[in-house]
Amino acid sequence: METDVIVGLEVHCQLDTKSKLFCGCSTDYRSDGPNTHVCPICLGLPGAMPVLNKRSIEYAMRVAKALNCTVLHESEFSRKNYFYPDLDKAYQITQYDKPLAEGGYLEIEGDEGGEKRIRLTRIHVEEDPGRLVHMGNAERGKYSLVDYNRAGIPLIEIVSEPDMRSPKEARKFLNKLRATLEYLSVFDSDKEGSLRVDANISIKGSERVEVKNITSYKGVEKALTFEITRQKNVLRRGQKVDRETRHFLEARGVTQSARSKEQEHDYRYFPEPDLRPLHVRSWVEGIVLPELPDARRERFMAQYGCSLNHARTLTGELKLANFFEKVVVSDPKGLSMLAATWIADTLIGELNFRDMELDPVDPESFTGLVRLLKAGTITDKSGVEVLRVMLDQRLKQETPETPAGIVARLNLAKTKGDTGAITTAIEEAINENQKALEDYRAGKAGALNFLVGQVMKKTRGRADPGELNRMLAEALQKREA
Amino acid sequence: MSGTSIRFEPDDTFNAFLTVCKRPTHTGGKLAGVAVAVKDNISTRGIETTCASRILKGYVPPYDAHVVELLRKSGAAIAGKTNMDEFGMGTTTENSAFGPTLNPCDTGRVPGGSSGGSAAAIASGMVRMALGTDTGGSIRCPAAFCGITGLKPSYGRVSRYGLIAYANSLEQVGPMGRTVSDVSTLMQVIAGYDRHDSTSLNKPYTHTPHAEIKGLKIGIPEEYFGEGVDPKVAASVKIAIGRLEELGATTVPCSIPSMEYALAAYYVTCTCEASSNLARFDGVRYGPAADTKKPWHEAYQEVRRAGFGTEVRRRIMLGTFALSSGYYGKYYAKAQVARENVRKDFQRIFADVDVIAGPTMPTIAFRLCEKSDPLSMYLADILTVPANLAGIPAISVPCGKADGMPVGLQIMGRHFEDERVIDVAYAYEQAVI
Repeated sequence: METDVIVGLEVHCQLDTKSKLFCGCSTDYRSDGPNTHVCPICLGLPGAMPVLNKRSIEYAMRVAKALNCTVLHESEFSRKNYFYPDLDKAYQITQYDKPLAEGGYLEIEGDEGGEKRIRLTRIHVEEDPGRLVHMGNAERGKYSLVDYNRAGIPLIEIVSEPDMRSPKEARKFLNKLRATLEYLSVFDSDKEGSLRVDANISIKGSERVEVKNITSYKGVEKALTFEITRQKNVLRRGQKVDRETRHFLEARGVTQSARSKEQEHDYRYFPEPDLRPLHVRSWVEGIVLPELPDARRERFMAQYGCSLNHARTLTGELKLANFFEKVVVSDPKGLSMLAATWIADTLIGELNFRDMELDPVDPESFTGLVRLLKAGTITDKSGVEVLRVMLDQRLKQETPETPAGIVARLNLAKTKGDTGAITTAIEEAINENQKALEDYRAGKAGALNFLVGQVMKKTRGRADPGELNRMLAEALQKREA
Repeated sequence: MSGTSIRFEPDDTFNAFLTVCKRPTHTGGKLAGVAVAVKDNISTRGIETTCASRILKGYVPPYDAHVVELLRKSGAAIAGKTNMDEFGMGTTTENSAFGPTLNPCDTGRVPGGSSGGSAAAIASGMVRMALGTDTGGSIRCPAAFCGITGLKPSYGRVSRYGLIAYANSLEQVGPMGRTVSDVSTLMQVIAGYDRHDSTSLNKPYTHTPHAEIKGLKIGIPEEYFGEGVDPKVAASVKIAIGRLEELGATTVPCSIPSMEYALAAYYVTCTCEASSNLARFDGVRYGPAADTKKPWHEAYQEVRRAGFGTEVRRRIMLGTFALSSGYYGKYYAKAQVARENVRKDFQRIFADVDVIAGPTMPTIAFRLCEKSDPLSMYLADILTVPANLAGIPAISVPCGKADGMPVGLQIMGRHFEDERVIDVAYAYEQAVI
């Protein structure tokens, strides 16, 4: 493994509050036109003053508590001064030397197996700037437009220690973080741009490079993988890795050195005089956390008998965990084992293949499918076929059929005993594959499996695998006689 | 806001107004139909608000400052926007992009600043009262120079929402008027908690001035009568304090040793905050627009170079320097320590006395163009900045003349004892009428 790789992350997450951090403007701007969710405060009009949204501090403290951080009894907002057209006041209100919380950790599944603890440095609260829309491209555009709808959206920045040793661990850290934030009901990962990551990465003994502007979960793994290769190549050529800031270009999957000007920022932090210091001692003590991913994983193993891997997968996303529990609610004992496998292994694979979200799949239909499998009405192979039809119908927004309806229409019910069809298929399969028959006679184990496959193909998977094995063995023995 | 309107067509030969509202409407209330002038750094919906700067020329706020909203609710008629030193940066109102205001007492002299327009509008009789703002003396200095009364309220007592910030941690909006009663009445209207200003407190002002000061203990700091204070001004103020003693007050000598660093602490703090506050004026959202054919950073430079006056640029650069990496500890952090020392000195003195009295300004109003070097202008703030550093209330009330020009008596009180400084000023005013 790449044990000489050192990775630390700075993760910016939008808190899913109803209004912005310092004004009453709605945060639900994504489907509206530019500059429609703005007021004197988030436009930074002369004379406007910030008023802290308590809910966002409540949310941030939930996160801090869930991530085992120490919430400081007094924290403070500061101004980070820099010029940029998307920054309405020419400073960002953030936290600097007195952040909301310090320390803490998040446990992930390490590359070497087992739980691995990633330490956190701090969590602080800040406002999002607006957004530039470049007409043409950023370098040689005709002009740029500014949209301040995003300005003032509450963010938390979670800074980790350099405890990750591979791009994969970084990805796992982010996934676990996302799950935790969703369990806390403070974050909506479906919203575009709700998570942004800056990564610090170095090869042991070399300078550290900061990669900015990573906006997706997959992007983190990609950016880090690219950067490790680049840095190792630099070292291999006997050159030095420069300490610098690089931008990740998502579309091309590469990092690019930022202009030197951008690296010379002096943000001239000082305490925000328009806000009072934040005192949260009694407030933070009153915060009660909901069940978090690790606890739910343990519960899934104890309550439903899930394997560690299934429990980890199912609880790794809030929606998935809720979906599972709804699927099995009518008969936890009878359905859990089968449902866990079918959701964690089959459903996720089919969704990923279609680049499809879980939301359109209703748990009731899925329960129907699991019940058909449980009752032995259909084979596993037919089960997959039914599931694919179910997903395709939802993807195309057709009227969805029930699983039983699909089984009936496609005639997928398992063939019980020998109705003649299987016998015929077996005879045909043997006749068409004399080579397999000879191999079988020669004692080659693969031959039987090959013939099972051929019969399954002919019966379109309806044959019960156990029954088929028995009948095929019988037929082969007959031929030998 | 339907209602009646008044006629307001003053003969403004002093350049006190940047904008005159000729037919301001008003409703009923405590100030029904009273023409009130508003300093041009206070946002007024629908009325151009420039801070006397070219960079805000043409900017019409879409909202009212909280104090303006309160004025309108009280029935006041907004008579216009008054001239000032650009963004409040000055002691003379000469640093206005739209020409200086002249002192109605002597048009060869400045009215003081930065609320010089408001003071001149009152002193010349164009309006009875006006709003000013005071960051380091900007209400009290022009009040003293023009012979009117002006109160810098306790920090947190009046909402700053809508006041275009120069130095947030120091400044307050405050009332200016011909008499202490007018100042008190205007204070009743504008004071109180505002949920839009997190630094405002729930301390409404419902007081009516009361002239009884028997048994009052007045601290007389030696620093207020020391080097740099014009002896004629000091003499006028001492006579005034004598009148207060005749009214039953006793005086106690005291000292504010921290004043040695007060001016430095003040200028570091206000320039640091200003460098950040004034960074937003980039021509993107309001004010004269940038040339969009240029890269944004070049356009910013162009807009800011053309838009800001010399003194504003100087203070932005000073503040930017003082906050920059490696200097924060040397300047900003040290200034806050000095500021804390000023606070402690006042606390110590106020354990023994009820108010502190001295001159508002070390001299009478300067001649136009007299203060040409910035440092000598900064030094003129020495007697007013301590109250801003400590956040305490301070009033300037006219107390006679020196060389034919008005002199101001300054009364400072404990934090949130604005009522008491009003009473002392009122007692003096009633005694000399």
